[in-house]
Amino acid sequence: MAFLDRTARAFLLTELVQGLALTFRYMFKPAVTTNYPYEKIPMSPRFRGEHALRRYPNGEERCISCKLCEAICPAQAITIEGEVREDGSRRARRYDIDMTKCIYCGFCQEACPVDAIVEGPNFEFATETRAELMYNKQKLLANGDRWEAELAMRIAADAPYR
Amino acid sequence: MPKLTIDGTEIEVEAGMTILQAAETIGIEIPRFCYHERLAVAGNCRMCLVEVEKMPKPVASCAMPVGEGMVVHTSNANVRKARQGVMEFLLINHPLDCPICDQGGECDLQDQAMAYGGDRGRYQEEKRSVEDKDYGPLIQTWMTRCIQCTRCIRFISEIAGTPVLGGLGRSEHLEIGRYVGAAVSSELSGNLIDLCPVGALTNKPASYTYRAWELKKTESVDAMDALGSAIRVDTRGNEVIRILPRVNDDINEEWLSDRSRFAVDGLKRQRLDRAYVRKDGKLVATSWNDAFAAIAAKVNGLAGNKIAAITGGQTDVETMQAFKDLFAVLGSPHIDCRPEGSKLWPGNRAGYLFNSTIAGIEQADALLIVGSNPRIEAPVLNARLRKRWLKGGFKAAVIGPKTDLTFKHDYLGDQASILADIASGNHPFFEVLKNASNPAIILGQGAVNREDGAAILALASKLAEATGMIKDGWNGFNVLHTDAALVGGLDMGFVPYVGGYDTAGIVAGAAKGEISVVFLAGADEVDVKNLGNAFVVYLGTHGDAGAHRADVVLPTAAYTEKSATFVNTEGRVQRTRLAIFPPGEAKEDWKVIRALSDALGKPLAFDTVKQLRERIAATNPLLAGEGSLVAAPWAPVGIDGALTDKPLASSIDNFYQVDPISRASKTMAECTSQFGGGCGCNSKKKTGTHG
Repeated sequence: MAFLDRTARAFLLTELVQGLALTFRYMFKPAVTTNYPYEKIPMSPRFRGEHALRRYPNGEERCISCKLCEAICPAQAITIEGEVREDGSRRARRYDIDMTKCIYCGFCQEACPVDAIVEGPNFEFATETRAELMYNKQKLLANGDRWEAELAMRIAADAPYR
Repeated sequence: MPKLTIDGTEIEVEAGMTILQAAETIGIEIPRFCYHERLAVAGNCRMCLVEVEKMPKPVASCAMPVGEGMVVHTSNANVRKARQGVMEFLLINHPLDCPICDQGGECDLQDQAMAYGGDRGRYQEEKRSVEDKDYGPLIQTWMTRCIQCTRCIRFISEIAGTPVLGGLGRSEHLEIGRYVGAAVSSELSGNLIDLCPVGALTNKPASYTYRAWELKKTESVDAMDALGSAIRVDTRGNEVIRILPRVNDDINEEWLSDRSRFAVDGLKRQRLDRAYVRKDGKLVATSWNDAFAAIAAKVNGLAGNKIAAITGGQTDVETMQAFKDLFAVLGSPHIDCRPEGSKLWPGNRAGYLFNSTIAGIEQADALLIVGSNPRIEAPVLNARLRKRWLKGGFKAAVIGPKTDLTFKHDYLGDQASILADIASGNHPFFEVLKNASNPAIILGQGAVNREDGAAILALASKLAEATGMIKDGWNGFNVLHTDAALVGGLDMGFVPYVGGYDTAGIVAGAAKGEISVVFLAGADEVDVKNLGNAFVVYLGTHGDAGAHRADVVLPTAAYTEKSATFVNTEGRVQRTRLAIFPPGEAKEDWKVIRALSDALGKPLAFDTVKQLRERIAATNPLLAGEGSLVAAPWAPVGIDGALTDKPLASSIDNFYQVDPISRASKTMAECTSQFGGGCGCNSKKKTGTHG
C-alpha cells in the first residue's frame, strides 16, 4: 500500500504543487522587508548603538573619570586618564573608546554613576578607515551634543524599569 | 591565662588581650574603623560590636579585655543588627561620593558597607558638610567624608610625636583639624593617608590620577634612606603612581617617611634617557656606541693611576662590584664609595653598622646620639626611639644639632670635645651609660664625615667599651647611615687601594691634573665644579650636578627600575624589584659598565646578573643571602687624633631634598618651600609654619 501511495504522489507532483501554492499565496500578501536606508524599523529605547558622552543642561560634562566603565568593560575598549582640572574638580583628561574592540554589551552605561557614557540609538557610523573608529573624548562629547534630545528621551522612557 | 569561647571555639589567650585580638588569633576578623594595632585604643567607631553572654548590651570588642569564661558571639543576628545600625549612622553624614573619591576601591567604609550597609537610606534630612582643611602639599583633605575615627590624631600625637591634630567642637559639630597655625609638618605625615579608613585624607600629589584596582603592585625596598624600609611600588603603565609601606617589623613596622613616599614624581622628571657627549661645550644626545667610543678614546692608553671612580648614595652593590672589577683591570687604585668624605673604613664591619639593629634599639635604656638628627636622617627610626621613650625608663642625650626629636633628651652641646669628656668619664652622662643595662650610642654621618671623623669614631668605640655597650647578646655601638649605598660599598671594600686617593684626594688630583678621567656613578654630592680639566663620565639617572659637569653622560636605572642589592644601615642585605622599565635608552648600571668594558677592549668576566651575583657572593659571602642579617663581631674602631672645634651637625640640611630623585621632585620642592628643611631643625629658612 505504501508503495502505491508514494508512486502516485511522485507522478502527480503533489509536493511541487504544494510548495508553489505557498509561493503564490505570499505574492498577494503585503511585503515585510523595509526599504533601508529610506525606511527604518521601530527601535527599542534600550537599543545599544554608538556611544556618546553626555553633558549636564548647563553645559558641564558629566564624566568624572571614576573609571568604572573602564573597569567593567569586558573587551577593555575604554581608556581613561584622570586629572585635577583647574577649578579643582575631577575630570577625564583622556577618554578613548576603541569602537573596533567594543562588543556593545552596554555594561559601561550600566556602570556609569552619572549617566555620562551612554549607548545611543545610532548604528550608522561605518567609516572608511579603521583609525576613525578610535573615538576620543572630543568625538564622544560631540556625539552627546548631537543626540542629547533623543538620549534624554530614551533614559526617561527606561527610567520606570530601573 | 583566661579561657573564653568565641563563636563556639574555646581558646585560651593571654590576660589583657582584647576580644578583638583574641578573635584574630583564631582567624575571626571583626570589622573596625578606629582600632589599629599600632595605635592606642579609642573605641569610638562602635563597628566592632560583639555580643557577650550575660552582658546586657553589645560591647565594643576592641576595648573589652577578655575575661574568664566569656562566651562571645561575633556574627549572630543581634550583632549583625547592631553593626547595621552603626553603619547606618556612619553613612548618614558620609557624602557617598565614591565615584570621585581616590579611596574608592580600597576603602574600609566601602568594604564594610557591602557587608553591613542597607540598600537604601532612610535619612531624609540635610547632610552635614565640613570645611576642608589645608594640610600642606602632601595631604588632600575631604573632611565631609571623615567618620571621626581619630586614627590620624592618635598617629600624629603618639607615633610621630608632633601633636598638631585634634578634635574641635562637640557632637554634630565635631571636626578633626589642626590646632591654630600649625601645618602637618611631620616627616611621617604620609602615613596619615594610609591610616585613614575613608577618603578624608588622600594623596595630594597623585590625586585623581589613579584607581586602586588599575595599579600593578611590586614589592620592593626603599633606597631613599639607609633604613631600607619595605615598600610597595604601585605603577600604572610605565609610571610610578605611588609608593606605600609594607609591614616589616624588623625595620619600618608599617610606616614610611615622606621623602620615600612622595619623591616618586622625581622619578619621571629631569630623567636622563639617552647617552650624551659634550661637543663644543654642549652636551649632545648620541648613541651608546658613540658615547663608549668617546670614553675609549680618552681612557685607552692612559695609565691606571690617572683614572678614578666615585659612587653616590644610591649605588647598588652590583654596580660597585662591576666598577671594582673594571678598575682592577684598568689598574687604578682610586675608587671611593664615600662621596661625602666619611671616615668609615671597611674590614671591621661592627665599626660601621647599626649593631643593635633597628628593632633592637627598643631594648636600649640609655642612648647617646652624636652628630645626628635621626628625625630627618631616618624618621622611621626616630619614631622607634620615641616609642622606646614612651615605654619609660629611657635616658637619651644629644651631642650635635639642637632639635626637637619628639622625645625627651638632654642636650649636651655640639662640640666633639664633650664626647671626649664622656669617654674619659669626666661627664655625668658617663655614669648614666655605665649604670644602664643596655646602653647605646648612635653616631650620625655628621660625626664621621669630618676631618676628625676617625678620632670621633675612636672616642665612641672607647666609650662603648668603657660603659659596657659591648657584651653578650647586646652591641650598642650604632652608626646611622643616610645613604642606601654606603654600607654595601664598605662591605664590598669599595675604597681606595694602597696609594689610592679618596674622594677629596680625587677632586684635588683632578684639579691639579694628576687625574685625567673621573667616573661618577650618581655621585652628585662630590664637589664637581672643582674637577679641573678632568674628563668626567657620569652614570646616573637625573640631570643633576654631576651630569651638568660631565663630558659623557650614560643614563642608568633608578631603584624602582632594576633588581638591585642594597645593604641597610644595620647590615641587612635586601633586594629591590623591577617595577617599571627605565626610561628611553637607560639601562641598569652594571650592564652599562659591562658594555663599557667591551668598548675599552677589556671585557669583564660576567654576562648575566646571576654571574655577577655569584661573583659578589664569592668576594663577600655576607652579601649572598637576600634578607640576611649577620651580627658583626666587635673590634675597636677609629684612629686616635686631635678634635676640631667645628660644631657637630647633621649631614642632611633639608629632609625633603637629599638625592637626585628628591631634588627633581616637584612635590619635595613644594614641601621645602612650605616646611623648610623638615621639622624646622637645621634649615636656614624659617617660615610661619615652622614647627
